[in-house]
Amino acid sequence: MKMLALAKRNTKEIIRDPLTILFGLGFPLVLLLLLTAIQANIPVPLFEIQKLTPGITVFGLSFMTLFSASLIAKDRGSALLERLYTTPLTPLDFILGYTLPILPFSVAQCIVCYLAALVLGLDFSLGIFLAILFLIPIALLFIALGLLFGSILTDKQVGGICGALLTNLTAWLSGVWFDLELVGGAFRSVAHALPFVHAVEMERAALAGELSVALPHLCWVLGYAALATALAVLFFLRQMRKN
Amino acid sequence: MDAITIKGLTKRYGDILAVDGLSLSVAEGELLSLLGVNGAGKTTTIKMLCCLSSPTEGDALLFGKSIRADTGEVKAMIAHSPQETAVAPGLTVRENLELIAGVHGFRGALRSEKIEELVALMGLIEVIDRRAGKLSGGWQRRLSIAMALISEPKILFLDEPTLGLDVIARSELWDIIRSLKGRVTIVLTTHYMEEAEALSDRIAIMRDGRLLVLDTAEKIKEIAGTDSFEEAFIRIVKGVSE
Repeated sequence: MKMLALAKRNTKEIIRDPLTILFGLGFPLVLLLLLTAIQANIPVPLFEIQKLTPGITVFGLSFMTLFSASLIAKDRGSALLERLYTTPLTPLDFILGYTLPILPFSVAQCIVCYLAALVLGLDFSLGIFLAILFLIPIALLFIALGLLFGSILTDKQVGGICGALLTNLTAWLSGVWFDLELVGGAFRSVAHALPFVHAVEMERAALAGELSVALPHLCWVLGYAALATALAVLFFLRQMRKN
Repeated sequence: MDAITIKGLTKRYGDILAVDGLSLSVAEGELLSLLGVNGAGKTTTIKMLCCLSSPTEGDALLFGKSIRADTGEVKAMIAHSPQETAVAPGLTVRENLELIAGVHGFRGALRSEKIEELVALMGLIEVIDRRAGKLSGGWQRRLSIAMALISEPKILFLDEPTLGLDVIARSELWDIIRSLKGRVTIVLTTHYMEEAEALSDRIAIMRDGRLLVLDTAEKIKEIAGTDSFEEAFIRIVKGVSE
């Protein structure tokens, strides 16, 4: 229950930051509207609403890494974490306290995207609920990456690494904006060895109600989420001991 | 029983000896100042006593509990106000106090009671609903100490509590610290001579991780053969290197 006090505080810090609302909810929505408008004039199969929406929801989650990493890096910089380390909070309390508040925000972001997509012409189906459900492990992956980066980088470095590099990597290597088959070669191989394209393919399959197609991709996402979480816990504890 | 008993506490960072075989004891209710220039080992000592950093050698007992073996019990009886203000900037003063009360397990009416008590003691009522990040340095320091006190610690560690404050804010904070004397054991680090002299029951002067002298301000002046505490400090610290 002590963890909930930390989680509650983190929730307040996140929702009171206007940049979080702007990038977390507004930016994916703007992209969805813009690309749907382009699609209406110049049809591209990749930007059809049933393919575009799952991609946008995954891309939007890359900002969760930025939010969680910024929060931890700022708390390290201001010594608030140092103060909290001298309280009875356990390492598990810290991990959950920083992870749980971002999870509902991730789901909310996804729901907003799907509501907008329904208005823009997406057919209503049970696949939407499945896609929202499958989004949780992807959100955990991005949040764990945030814990990891927040534990090793400064506040300023987080802006560059998570705000610029990771969001761009997610964009390029996920097949949201262009078909990876068109590039092929090493680029395609690298993309398929990373979790981003699997996250997008899983979401697309879930939305289409094709569970058998989604499950192999889920294994990739879960594997990377577990790896990122293990590394995040390791580095968080390391910086806790280093303090 | 002494509140703190330090036995041969040592901290090495690679080749650097930050604290070198520190041994001393602090009585219950006493205010001890750790005084020294930058790099003297004051903050490292506090971090070890707060279980934030493990000693390389030696140990310290806080009311009989070891900082090496009983970290959970030690953390339950201490509070730490770090050198930086260490407040949650996006939360109001009340919410910051609620956060710390919450992580210490205080709920409902007890939590509200504790917060009201601390707000009155620290004079925070006029800023209670303002965000901590928007407060001046003096108010943030007051809040920081209030956050440290909310768990009713038996031992309070204040690391450079008045660093960067103007004269008035410093004087107000001194009054608050004086009001706590006797009720809680306080270990305070500072490099302001007048602060150590005005507030402390005893002063430990450190240099290069070693304890040079531990006594009252009056006795330290006597040892150094001067009426000025600042001069006494300079003589004692320089005396080692000469």
